[in-house]
Amino acid sequence: MFEKVWDDHVVVPETTDTPAVLFIDLHLTHEVTTPQAYTELRSRGLKLRRPDLTLATMDHSTPTRTEQVFGGAPIAVDSAAKQVKQLEINAREFGVELFNLQDSRRGIVHIIGPELGLTQPGKTIVCGDSHTSTHGAFGALAFGIGTTEVGHVLATQCLLQRRAKTFAINVTNELPRGVTAKDLILAIIGKIGVSGGTGYVLEFRGAAIERLSMDERMTICNMSIEAGARAGMIAPDATTFEYLRATPRAPKGDAWDAALARWAKLPTDAGARFDRSIDIDAATLVPMVTYGTHPGMVAPINGSVPPFGDAVFEKALKYMGLKAGEPIANVPVNNVFLGSCTNGRLSDLRNAARVLRGHKLAQGVKMLVVPGSQSVKRAAEAEGLDQVFRDAGAEWRESGCSMCLGMNGDLVPAGHYSISTSNRNFEGRQGVGARTLLASPETAAASAIRGRVTDPREFPTN
Amino acid sequence: MPAVTFIRSHTVALPATNIDTDQIIPARFLTSTSKAGFGKHLFADWRYDSAGNPKPEFALNRPEAKDAHVLVAGRNIGCGSSREHAAWALLDFGIQAVISTEFADIFRTNSLKNGLLPVVVDEPTHAWLLKNPGAEVSIDVEATTLNLPNGTQVKFPLEGFARYCLLNGVDELGYLLSQDIAIRAYEQAHR
Repeated sequence: MFEKVWDDHVVVPETTDTPAVLFIDLHLTHEVTTPQAYTELRSRGLKLRRPDLTLATMDHSTPTRTEQVFGGAPIAVDSAAKQVKQLEINAREFGVELFNLQDSRRGIVHIIGPELGLTQPGKTIVCGDSHTSTHGAFGALAFGIGTTEVGHVLATQCLLQRRAKTFAINVTNELPRGVTAKDLILAIIGKIGVSGGTGYVLEFRGAAIERLSMDERMTICNMSIEAGARAGMIAPDATTFEYLRATPRAPKGDAWDAALARWAKLPTDAGARFDRSIDIDAATLVPMVTYGTHPGMVAPINGSVPPFGDAVFEKALKYMGLKAGEPIANVPVNNVFLGSCTNGRLSDLRNAARVLRGHKLAQGVKMLVVPGSQSVKRAAEAEGLDQVFRDAGAEWRESGCSMCLGMNGDLVPAGHYSISTSNRNFEGRQGVGARTLLASPETAAASAIRGRVTDPREFPTN
Repeated sequence: MPAVTFIRSHTVALPATNIDTDQIIPARFLTSTSKAGFGKHLFADWRYDSAGNPKPEFALNRPEAKDAHVLVAGRNIGCGSSREHAAWALLDFGIQAVISTEFADIFRTNSLKNGLLPVVVDEPTHAWLLKNPGAEVSIDVEATTLNLPNGTQVKFPLEGFARYCLLNGVDELGYLLSQDIAIRAYEQAHR
């Protein structure tokens, strides 16, 4: 599948001396990784080549408090306010469609691309953000780029690329009840390591993957980068087409039929060879929680912090305030973050609300619920999910990246344990000294109720 | 981009594996709209205490690290976020080359685009460099060799086009712009 999408986008083939010139079908942009690229274009007198293939949103440094988004209250971080302003200026000057702070279509860049139906099978999609791998869930070749490359795409709609190797992740059987896509991808990263995917495009395949919804597939592909992979992909199928059919910017009428015919040819041919492959039996998995300072330091929720011994491992445990042999399910929780491009979609909020309904947050626990987009927020409110979170004692916010990386001032205090549905537990990621435990929305909700890491299967949700 | 042909410097070593770009430059410093000035925030949370004072034990703060242009880092340096600010911060601090056994993809690409040289070495060379921080090394981009003070010379992989760009100080945008006819033809065929 990767090779088919690659071959379809080669403008100039690669040689031993030069990389391929690869055409990009969709360029998603946001306020943090674009300002220096526009400066470069301006200094060279260059224009945006394809406004029709470029979209801008605001997500990373934007506030989530309603009064700051809609009430005219100033953005707390002055430089963030300037950055947001700069994107407005750049978008106007270069003619980019922008969803500004108050736009009802705004949201995290990787949530809104699929929501709009701009993310489609067989497309090449890039963004100055590593979690662009999310869009691979639709059978697109999607990857994160740096700011210099953002400039390349703005000016030429192309990138210079060397073809990556292929890595099949075969997931057999079916995820057991109470075990989620987040648990599966954490288990995969735990197995292949945080650099296990370096140089590869992953293809997640097998019966367990085919059973997943689009939201779940996006969670899986989203975290491909946490294994170091260039991209992650899942073959488009009826589930993909069904999702896209209802989206506003998917092809319509005859164009839809033509697209379907094209998309149906994308899946990897039977007998195709991958450069590397592993097998995982989904039926053996349980909920997973990280205990360290990268997503590969992960253990089953009924397990314990493993004994190891190297200096980096010891440093990570010291940072986390945990000891080898300590049961994972015993770790206290002070803070809960539900949201991000990994788990900020409607189904994630539903799954957490199903656990939380009728319960209160444990004493001293703070919980922030940040929908992935304004559209997710509206849909959740229409179902009354906001009320479930509010009744439990959680805060219900406007959309954005928020506490996943704390750029906007939504931070976890030093030393606090934060169970988070986001994607990175790096030192200081959620705030200086913050201790992040990555988990599924269900596990985060169950842990919020008990005030310690809790197996969500202890809460029957029927 | 200035040409990078030859680097001679003593090294500074950060042996930790999986140093992510959030450590190299924490997110709270990314609200700048310029490429300049990130050096003072390089490794901010490892380099300074909560009061903002330099931690004397941190490798980059030690007197022998002064004017070091070559950073030796543990395996898988630059994982995580795609922020190019990581490469800008290292360059602004004065680092011209990073040596490791493995680089994260996006960080490696970002580094090359800014003239920060990623040097991939084998385990024994890496182990020697970590054991001998401050060693005077030289890196020849033309020959793609790293020379250690003990006389050892090791070849390192460098993609041909990236090497050409480094040696000549040209950036890739010029090359991409020169492909306009091919890009236009592709666009015509895919309307």
